[in-house]
Amino acid sequence: MIRDAKLWTWHVLAGLVIFVFLGLHMLIMHLDDVVNIASLNPAGGHPIDWANVVARGKMIFFPVTYTVLLGAALFHGLYGLKNILFELNLGDGVKRATTVVLALLGLGLFVYGTWAAFASLALARSL
Amino acid sequence: MDFANVKEVTYRVRRFDPDKDRAPHWEEYRIPYAPGMTVLDGLWLVKELHAPTLAWRSSCRMGVCGSCGMLINGSPRLGCNTQICELETTTVAVGPLPNFNIIKDLVPDLMPMLETHRQLLPFIVRDDHEEMEKPSGEFWQSPEELEHYLQFSYCIKCGCCMAACPTCATDPVYSGPMPLAQAHRYNSDSRDNGFTHRRQVLEGERGPWRCHFAGECSRVCPKGVDPAKAIQLMKRELVADYFKLREQRCPARLAETPKGVARREGIPEAPAPTVR
Amino acid sequence: MLTAKGYPNRLGVGGWLGGGRWGMERYLYTLHRLTGLGLIFYFLLHILVTSARAFGEAAWVASMGRVTGPLFTVGEYLVFLAFAFHAANGLRLAFIELGWGVGKPFEPVYPYKTSVDFQRPLAIVALLLAALLAAAGTLDFFVLHKGVTP
Repeated sequence: MIRDAKLWTWHVLAGLVIFVFLGLHMLIMHLDDVVNIASLNPAGGHPIDWANVVARGKMIFFPVTYTVLLGAALFHGLYGLKNILFELNLGDGVKRATTVVLALLGLGLFVYGTWAAFASLALARSL
Repeated sequence: MDFANVKEVTYRVRRFDPDKDRAPHWEEYRIPYAPGMTVLDGLWLVKELHAPTLAWRSSCRMGVCGSCGMLINGSPRLGCNTQICELETTTVAVGPLPNFNIIKDLVPDLMPMLETHRQLLPFIVRDDHEEMEKPSGEFWQSPEELEHYLQFSYCIKCGCCMAACPTCATDPVYSGPMPLAQAHRYNSDSRDNGFTHRRQVLEGERGPWRCHFAGECSRVCPKGVDPAKAIQLMKRELVADYFKLREQRCPARLAETPKGVARREGIPEAPAPTVR
Repeated sequence: MLTAKGYPNRLGVGGWLGGGRWGMERYLYTLHRLTGLGLIFYFLLHILVTSARAFGEAAWVASMGRVTGPLFTVGEYLVFLAFAFHAANGLRLAFIELGWGVGKPFEPVYPYKTSVDFQRPLAIVALLLAALLAAAGTLDFFVLHKGVTP
């Protein structure tokens, strides 16, 4: 089993990665009216308008950073959740089951999200 | 609040007798107040005047032995170190330290904490077993090296930090501030070489990883030991060790008596060595 | 581990919250935990909702349509506030928990100055940063807000 010293270290490092990429994500999605970076919302309007989604989807930068952010955020969040749950003094069997369920959930969502990011790249480039 | 005219204070004491009670309950006692009275002095008066069966631990009366840790008006403190007037109220609520089982009344069961402390090897660990068994001298240590652990060595094991720690409120696996701070005290002692042994425990679930810096342990510590500081410094050391960046050092050597030098006049003889 | 004797007296989850008599960092700890829980549950749903873009425009518009309306705007705003706090405080924690900003060990002299006091300026900076982010978010969500182009 990977010991907490390693998991915790990567939890902190993942947090720093999230700080950078989620910061950028929030800048694009929610601070677009305060700090407008025109090249990231080329169609104007709202950042989640389909035209903007397609425009960003064509840039390789987005699927790559989305995947990094996805992996970092899933690991950081699920390890944090695991820590909170484990602090509730669960039994050993429940702890093992929790670890497996959270790991499978994280892995499943990572695969699905990564597929979605790169499938949208292919879709956007074909349009 | 002005205590100049206070003649009487009310003690609310959490009582629990394992032979009679199913759960702890509060009882109230009124006792005469005199300036300078500590919470511990008050407990003696309660015992003398109202409740002869009241149980608590205390010994030195001067914040040295660490026996009288208790929950005083909601905060873990030493009974002997807390003057009633500094509580700013004439009602003194005294309970046993939380996060420990109650043996009787104000007596917490500190054994799980002390057992964890023991498992983290709170002593100098070295490979030169012969020197450890039959010491031939003192180990060399500079004042700077002493500073690295001196603060943490003031710990009196009263358990106040454990009672204040939010993680200890639910989690019996987490070692808690006292044992972790003491593990760091020995890890950062230049005479010690036991880091790899303590790491066996510290790397895992019982290590410092469930400390999230709520800072309560350091705030309540009656000796200024600052367990939160020790735990964060310990995390840094363990992370550095994971990346193979931890500074490797040889444990301190035996201090040698200088040879071939003459003593200057007027300088008194050094005291006799403490280890012969 | 030794089995403890006597009446169990752990404070339980209530002990996480503390409250009243505790210091500022205790509240930051509680808020960090609550915002973290909020963010991870939002994030898991967010992955599922936004992956709809891989299935084309109709799926995307339908998916986004399911999460619009004033209730979702307020929810999203809360997520943004949680992000602002969790990010700023998280940066402080990363710093502190790796042993920076807590001060060096020294001989304690009463009145004691602890690591909590040493890192206090960091806590204040983190709160100011969170407030700045929250203010920018509020401006964007409610003042300068543009709707989705139909």
